[in-house]
Amino acid sequence: MTDATTVAAAREPGSRAVRTRGLSKRYGKGTLAVDGLDLEVPYGAVFGFLGPNGCGKTTTIRMLLGLIEASSGTAELLGEPMPGSARKALPRIGALVEGPAFHPYLSGVDNLRRIDAVDRSTDPATVAERIESALDRVGLRAAARKRFRAYSLGMKQRLAIAGALLRPRELLILDEPTNGLDPQGTREVRSLIGQLAADGVTVLLSTHLLSEVEQVCSHVAVMHRGRLVTQSSLEELRATVVSRVRVETAAVEDAARVLGGAGLSDVVAGAGEVTALIGEHPPEKLVDALVAEGVPVRGFGVVRPDLEDVFVSLTGEGFDVGG
Amino acid sequence: MSAAEGVSTVDAGWAPRRRFSTRFLRSEMGLIARRRRNQAGLAVLAVIPVIIAVVMAATRPAPGSGPPLFTAMLDNGLITVLAGLSIEMSLFLPLAVSILAGDAIAGEASTGTLRYLLTVPAGRVRLLAVKFGGIVAATFAAVGVIALTGAVMGVALFGTGDMVTLSGTTLPFGEALGRVGIAVLYVVMCLVAVAAIGLFVSTLTEQPIGAAVAMLMFIVLSQILGALDDLDWLHPFLITNYWSSWADLLRDPPAWDQMLLGAVSAAVWTAFGLSAAWARLTTKDITS
Repeated sequence: MTDATTVAAAREPGSRAVRTRGLSKRYGKGTLAVDGLDLEVPYGAVFGFLGPNGCGKTTTIRMLLGLIEASSGTAELLGEPMPGSARKALPRIGALVEGPAFHPYLSGVDNLRRIDAVDRSTDPATVAERIESALDRVGLRAAARKRFRAYSLGMKQRLAIAGALLRPRELLILDEPTNGLDPQGTREVRSLIGQLAADGVTVLLSTHLLSEVEQVCSHVAVMHRGRLVTQSSLEELRATVVSRVRVETAAVEDAARVLGGAGLSDVVAGAGEVTALIGEHPPEKLVDALVAEGVPVRGFGVVRPDLEDVFVSLTGEGFDVGG
Repeated sequence: MSAAEGVSTVDAGWAPRRRFSTRFLRSEMGLIARRRRNQAGLAVLAVIPVIIAVVMAATRPAPGSGPPLFTAMLDNGLITVLAGLSIEMSLFLPLAVSILAGDAIAGEASTGTLRYLLTVPAGRVRLLAVKFGGIVAATFAAVGVIALTGAVMGVALFGTGDMVTLSGTTLPFGEALGRVGIAVLYVVMCLVAVAAIGLFVSTLTEQPIGAAVAMLMFIVLSQILGALDDLDWLHPFLITNYWSSWADLLRDPPAWDQMLLGAVSAAVWTAFGLSAAWARLTTKDITS
């Protein structure tokens, strides 16, 4: 933890773990896969990078990591321009890109050894220790000596995360890290992300699962058809969500009149229920008013739309599509 | 999933540990050496000189009744090495090198490991250098194993008599050994050119087999064009043109001119292959 605070103190105010300016990618002469992205991931954030499959998340991540060249725009990781300073930035970054990939005929340990052998920034003397620790973190020690081809999808995913944890990292870029994991594994990975974030690691978590963002993220950006639709802290986004009061009653018109009279806006009368924006009105006062006016109240509640409704309204479609 | 202790997650004072390390190259060579397919391939390469030696020992054709290189084997076992190399250079060795080279980049792309190597970061130029180094090491190993089994079988079956040159003189054993050694190095040099071109082909695709087949087709086409006398103006530019020039070592004194041209040819093809591979891989979008 002391490490994390010293690192945070050394940073320029306003600096970002990930920053892009007008980042765009056009494949061939086709349409823009990524269109003018201005992404800002603050240090220490668990940043949910959300969007339906095929919206350009993976293309963005590949550009950030220098795997593909941007058609225009710039990207910075940990303050270093990419791909120009890849050699300086990438060793401090652990990445999981579009699913795990290892040599099928090597064991988990041998695959991690292979990755570590490529890394000029790690100490070969500590490799066994670091591999063991990484496998331990993802709960894969029991299968460490098995060949990769014999792994289940969940085990493969864990091995890829272990690969990202082979050395201390300041930023983790995780593309769909819970893909293929069972519910138990999903919980474990989410709690691992939480632990890493608590240690001061910045996490960019790409996902199409809204629940994942709600459970682990402090920030969120939503991408849709190559463009960034929104990005903010989860708190700010939640604050923009407006609650509605919902009254179940047979006397719809009376109820609507009472709510309107109490000063509520956007009163909508439906079949057997009336809803309205509650604003700052205390709900108990509204119940009193309804009862005083003789409205037969069958049910009363304050409905807070969940984030899914917000995102659906931003992108025009749901998220849990195509798994 | 227990929390690991002792490994801090954030490292502020990161600096590259050292500029030069052989870990990646050693890992690459280990990867090639441990792969079953490569072990089986090496065994096949090693068996061929054994078969040649056994067949020659069993049939003992009279001098002048077969290829001179083969009948000369009966007088000096070291010739078995040369006979083995000359047989294997017609298909097996170029095939083996093409498969390894085709695998180099396309194989990593097809398993998806290429993106993880590059995000470590391996560095694209360094990756090419290490891949090339791995294939060259494997080529040395393959040719070395052929030479060794050929020498062991040949000497065991035919002894170490005087080597009779094509010029009719005889060479003592030490001199003969030196010439065989030069022939081995020459063959390796020709195959390194195959490795470099194969590496370039490997950067063009995500299918290792496709890259290997394309490379082999290129070599076979080159051999076919080399057999057409009307195209003799083209022959010096073919990658296969000087592959059997080491036979000039069997003259006394050895004729060097063709071998020197062969060395230049191999160097030029190698430089071309590596430059093309560099130009391609350093600008390629890695979408695999």
